[in-house]
Amino acid sequence: MTLSFLQAFLPELVVLLGGLALFFVTLGESRAALARGVALATAVVALLAAVFCLRSTGVLFSGAYRVDAFSQILKVVLSAGFLAIVLLSGRLPDVRERIQPEYFLFLTISVAGLLMLVSCVDILALVIALECSSFPLYLMVPMRREREGQRSQMESAIKYIMFGVAANGIMLFGLSYLFGLTGTTSLPLMAAQLQPVLGSPLTIAGLGLAFCGLYYKLAVFPFHFWTPDVYQGASNETASLIASLPKIGAVAVLARLVSLAAPDQGTVALLLTVLAIASMLYGNLIALVQTDFKRLLGFSGIAHAGYTVVGFVTLSEAGFASSLYYITGYMLMVLACFVVISRVSRDGTNVAIEELAGLHRRSPLLALTLIVGVFGLAGLPPFVGFLGKLSILTAALAKGHLLLVVVTMVNAAIAVYYYLRVVREAIFGDPLANAAPIRLDTPTRILCVALVVAIVALGVAPATVIDALSQSIAGLNLPVAGVTP
Amino acid sequence: MTSAPALNSGLPLLSVLIFSPLVAAAGAALIGSERLLRWWTLACTTVIAAVSLPLWWNFNPATAAFQFREDHNWIPFLKIRYALGIDGISLLLVLLTTLILPLCVLASWRYITVRVKEFMICLLVMESAMVGVFCALDAILFFIFWEAMLIPMALLIGVWGGPRKVYAAIKFFIYTMAGSVFLLVALIALRLKTGSFSLEGMMGQPYGATFQLWVFAAFALSFAIKVPMFPFHTWLPAAHVEAPTAGSVILASVLLKMGTYGFLRFCLPITPHATHVFAPYLLALSAVAILYGGFTALAQSDLKKLVAYSSVGHMGFATLGIFVLNASGIEGAVLVMINHGVTTGALFICVGIIYERLHTRDLSAAAGIGKHVPVFTGFLGVFCLSSLAFPGTNSFIGEFLVLAGSFSHSKLLTICVVPGVVLAAAYMLRMLQRVAYGGTQNPDHHAIADLEFREIVTLLPLLVFVFWIGLHPQPFVHAMHATVLNLIQQVGHALPAAAAAVP
Repeated sequence: MTLSFLQAFLPELVVLLGGLALFFVTLGESRAALARGVALATAVVALLAAVFCLRSTGVLFSGAYRVDAFSQILKVVLSAGFLAIVLLSGRLPDVRERIQPEYFLFLTISVAGLLMLVSCVDILALVIALECSSFPLYLMVPMRREREGQRSQMESAIKYIMFGVAANGIMLFGLSYLFGLTGTTSLPLMAAQLQPVLGSPLTIAGLGLAFCGLYYKLAVFPFHFWTPDVYQGASNETASLIASLPKIGAVAVLARLVSLAAPDQGTVALLLTVLAIASMLYGNLIALVQTDFKRLLGFSGIAHAGYTVVGFVTLSEAGFASSLYYITGYMLMVLACFVVISRVSRDGTNVAIEELAGLHRRSPLLALTLIVGVFGLAGLPPFVGFLGKLSILTAALAKGHLLLVVVTMVNAAIAVYYYLRVVREAIFGDPLANAAPIRLDTPTRILCVALVVAIVALGVAPATVIDALSQSIAGLNLPVAGVTP
Repeated sequence: MTSAPALNSGLPLLSVLIFSPLVAAAGAALIGSERLLRWWTLACTTVIAAVSLPLWWNFNPATAAFQFREDHNWIPFLKIRYALGIDGISLLLVLLTTLILPLCVLASWRYITVRVKEFMICLLVMESAMVGVFCALDAILFFIFWEAMLIPMALLIGVWGGPRKVYAAIKFFIYTMAGSVFLLVALIALRLKTGSFSLEGMMGQPYGATFQLWVFAAFALSFAIKVPMFPFHTWLPAAHVEAPTAGSVILASVLLKMGTYGFLRFCLPITPHATHVFAPYLLALSAVAILYGGFTALAQSDLKKLVAYSSVGHMGFATLGIFVLNASGIEGAVLVMINHGVTTGALFICVGIIYERLHTRDLSAAAGIGKHVPVFTGFLGVFCLSSLAFPGTNSFIGEFLVLAGSFSHSKLLTICVVPGVVLAAAYMLRMLQRVAYGGTQNPDHHAIADLEFREIVTLLPLLVFVFWIGLHPQPFVHAMHATVLNLIQQVGHALPAAAAAVP
């Protein structure tokens, strides 16, 4: 009993123990290097543990916590992302050395929250895990160094907290409706008990409000306002975290919550359709005029959140699996962009698109990483972004959402323009006069190569991953249509 | 002749052709010396061209079925298969691609001096994607190869191109990408109707009329941009003018064929009803393209622009032949595609040769070089005559067949496009006269060297094809005859079925 319990819970335990170790490190004086080492070790061990526990199953904590194929696959993805972010963080040039141990502590706690989030099948546990992953992020945003011309971190931190707390409040309010209707906090029970009252306005209001907390994490319209400002205000490394891992958690939970609405009366699908279209159009159109690369990624992130929501509109397992596959690919692609940002950046400052000029001369590997990441985001084959879009669109069209599919493709075409602007600077442009070649350390090289390989591999040979994802979704026994459209 | 080999048996020749350029590119990435890189790429592309020749020998022209089939599971979740195969039309285009690539390497021997390694890798990746497009029998596989050409081609233009290269590269990329987004939607819609992405499975299905119209429209937009048909042609002159010689040759010889190939592979067999509905409009656009291309070429003073606009006219003949929807029209269209690949490719190489010597492509600056470079002028003369469809050269056969097909379709239409042939003679002879003889105020050209051995080797194979197709076109027509007849049948027969189907 205890052993299987441990085995099911191992990745979370590893990260929590790493967090504890980091807490002790923070008690000492200027132990930045040690904290970095501990975080790196935690990430490596967590990834190994997650892979080791890939086939574990179990129900823990009185049914509030379910370990199954779905959660375990996402834990592998999340710990891989964690490792990538620790490698990407490097020496954290824009965080004061004195508080770097705390930075790594918060990073680890946030990841622990996400690891727990994907296993939660009880709304209380879910809310707690969500907060556990959010609060450290609120603190990491203002940890950026203050300097001349860079004072926006406090403003963006306040924005991030205010929006986060408000979204969570709305989510709790919605969940209270659902609890009131069903008298249970357990999601599987709730799904069964909601069936008779599914069409009632109260259920739809409850569901619609409950989604809001996840819209906020995923940066879906109208909970997107924080995104560009926080990306710009936070240090590059923090932004890379905010842009990637929480979105995976949000999509995982969204899959559980949206499935409560099935079989749909049309209202929830309509709501999601409107939000998806609004996110895509808003994100893509405003991204067209951005000059700061991180802001551009922020707006493009809003658009990508829109693409992801398209998968949920279908209310089918195929759609959910596609969304998960897409957001996994998105994590890799956006991390590839952020590796480039944090290495091109001087002393951790923000990177304007013009500063990428001539990147192919300054560092061919970074240029390759950027090209793969950006063209992947643009949805070009043979990268993962293409197959992700294809599977989402197939699922959506199978359910007859032709208009949504056409709008999505129009948006993909619009997006190509601003991604090309990035490529134009990096590949076709000449370096600025004062731009020196960029030397990459070995971990960065490994990270770049790993990301490029993963983005291409997931785009060329996705069968294993996408099958595993769709089978794991099928294993959740969600009350939605089957995998095959 | 023996029957076609069974599925997945024997050597997967098409896969070898698709992936060996990628292996060669990986090899090129490890080579440091520029000289060695050139030889390596030349050797690899030549070997690949040689490997592609068995396709010609072992191809059974008696059947319209796809041959050299390969079919493997790839992404079961999305019902995507790795399916390859060629018929008479794609056979010719695959061979055109593999045979033209060594010439591209030769043509860029001196022209490319910076980033040689990246250039050669781009060329090889392009070859892989281009062969893949012509071989794919799965819609998504096709689409992946189709889009995979975008990045290396944009790099070829944008990195090694002329003064406005970035503008041209971005314009090329955005046009093509914008065209292909609806192609993807149409493919997904077809997949949901037929249950798989198999191209053969999509053909000959009784789709509803409205559905066909929309699918055709999505296809046609994408392919018309690629051809390019008037009024979607504006990316072409920019891309041609700025691209390096090899880029122009690939663009003219192979990339433009993708559009017409798409019409033949997708529009005609999958949406026959819509093809009949839309054919008059596409014929009208083709006629406009022929005349517009001719008049615009007549007004150019930049040699490359002149050849680029002549491409618009020639491709107009190809689309004209396709949409008259009879055997001689389509066979003529395919021949025009091949001929345009040979002749226009050769003309771009000729322009590149002039540019390497004069560092300008201005027609008046090149006036009268014929006196000093007789061998070059001989080649140029033949290719110009070929381009204006002089009897005895390859283009004559193609355009004659197209016009014959068009004549039996509509006499009025044929009369409308005949001035295009005269225009071709006008602009080509104008160019030839200026370059070969010039006038009394020719610039001083006596220091210009005539063709060296490498350049002769580059142009000679194309010259052989000009006369081979011109004097003995039978083998080429024979190779695609069964395929074309089958295509005509698919377009003709599906009509009553489509009309009877419930949308």
